[in-house]
Amino acid sequence: MRELFRQNRSIIHQMDARVKVIFTLAFVLFLSLTPFNAWPAYILFLTLILSAALFSRLGLGFVLKRALLALPFILAAVPLIFIGPPPHITLDVFRGVQLTYSPEGLGRFASIAVKSWISVQVAILLAATTRFPDLLTALQQLRVPKLFVAIVGLMWRYLFVIVDEVTRMARARTSRSATVPGSHHHGGSVSWRAGVTGGMAGSLFLRSLERSDRVYAAMLSRGYTGELPASDTRPLSNGDRQLLALGVVLLAMLWLLGLFSGG
Amino acid sequence: MNPIIEIDHLSFHYPDGKVALSEISLKVMPGEKIALVGANGAGKSTLLLHLNGIFEGSGQILIGGMEVEKKNLGLIRGQVGLVFQNPDDQLFSPTVYEDVAYGPIYQGLGEKVVREKVEQALAAVHMSDYAGRNPYHLSSGEKKRIAIATVLSMQPRILVLDEPTSGLDPRARRELIELLRELPQTMLIATHDLALAENLTPRTVVLDQGAIAADGPTAEILADESLLLAHGLS
Repeated sequence: MRELFRQNRSIIHQMDARVKVIFTLAFVLFLSLTPFNAWPAYILFLTLILSAALFSRLGLGFVLKRALLALPFILAAVPLIFIGPPPHITLDVFRGVQLTYSPEGLGRFASIAVKSWISVQVAILLAATTRFPDLLTALQQLRVPKLFVAIVGLMWRYLFVIVDEVTRMARARTSRSATVPGSHHHGGSVSWRAGVTGGMAGSLFLRSLERSDRVYAAMLSRGYTGELPASDTRPLSNGDRQLLALGVVLLAMLWLLGLFSGG
Repeated sequence: MNPIIEIDHLSFHYPDGKVALSEISLKVMPGEKIALVGANGAGKSTLLLHLNGIFEGSGQILIGGMEVEKKNLGLIRGQVGLVFQNPDDQLFSPTVYEDVAYGPIYQGLGEKVVREKVEQALAAVHMSDYAGRNPYHLSSGEKKRIAIATVLSMQPRILVLDEPTSGLDPRARRELIELLRELPQTMLIATHDLALAENLTPRTVVLDQGAIAADGPTAEILADESLLLAHGLS
């Protein structure tokens, strides 16, 4: 597993992390408040985020490719195509097999798919242009509850450890996945394999739980009281404020456009 | 007699370009027990993971005359039993029985044969009474024995062990060494435990920075203080 962050000295990389965090949240908020079928607005939102990707010198492909991460979540919206608002249209798909769908529902599904895809892009851009510790500091400076910031930080720290653990377990299993000479029948039944995978997940969960106990004990023994050391709360510079205001006004304008053009 | 393991000019580097193994050549005869010693990061575990094709380097490895390559991996993994350093990585089933049965079931053997193999394997590590237990709640020494049983159930010809004595108390360690002495398989044991080598393995191979620094009778190597010092073993 590798970090998303890519080192370079673009304008976007050097921006104050707080500006980027607020802008990202505002972006996702305005985009999700934009009504269904507001295609002109979606295109402008996409243009905005792709321009930012170009400015950050990550390249368009970097963000677009990774945004496919949103795909599995889009599946949750698929039923809308069939149970959307009336009128419903019936199609003859194949010799008597009929498919009923709602054009309005299809539009909503497409809107949700595009919105989530664009939202994931902006999150990826944030993560790829901001060092993770800077992101945590920014969250803290923006008065996100300290406990929450601590949880996010520790999760990040141990995610890599746990991924290593998963790799080693998978290796150990592969090492015992053998065949006998002259037999073509191997691999076990699907339900047995599912059981084994379930067992691995359970064992990983137990180990993570125990690890968390050990980590917490180690933190306590180094004087952890539940409070993270306070970070300096240097106010945003005037330039940063103006930049942020400009960005948010731009987002609000796109949203207004969406209100008028959407259905 | 032909060697059971034949490694010929094996080199391997990690994706980031760091050299892990360079030009390793090694011949192991059937029934030999060999200690593979070296400092942390010398490449011991990396070498072991090549023996059953988990890692693929350049060069050639023959196991029982069969080349380690994609089409042979199924058979090779049945012949080379790899015991990992941390038994928790290896034990993932709710009961000891199911864990030991994983290999034979994967091989597609019938239920009766599977049961026989599991019983034999557990008996070989003196853990027959533990079949119904949950591996998670066993002691480190017991987990280690079960981890060995999980590969013995495939009846491998070669046992490859990574740091088998690490984390064991003196008695568990002594009992494990006794157990390894009893088992008839060819063994390649990566370890920092020089006393284990002295007690168990007549031959020792010293690895340093991915290359073989010495290979010979254990007694000679352990007597060579300057050699041990030069390779971070003393």
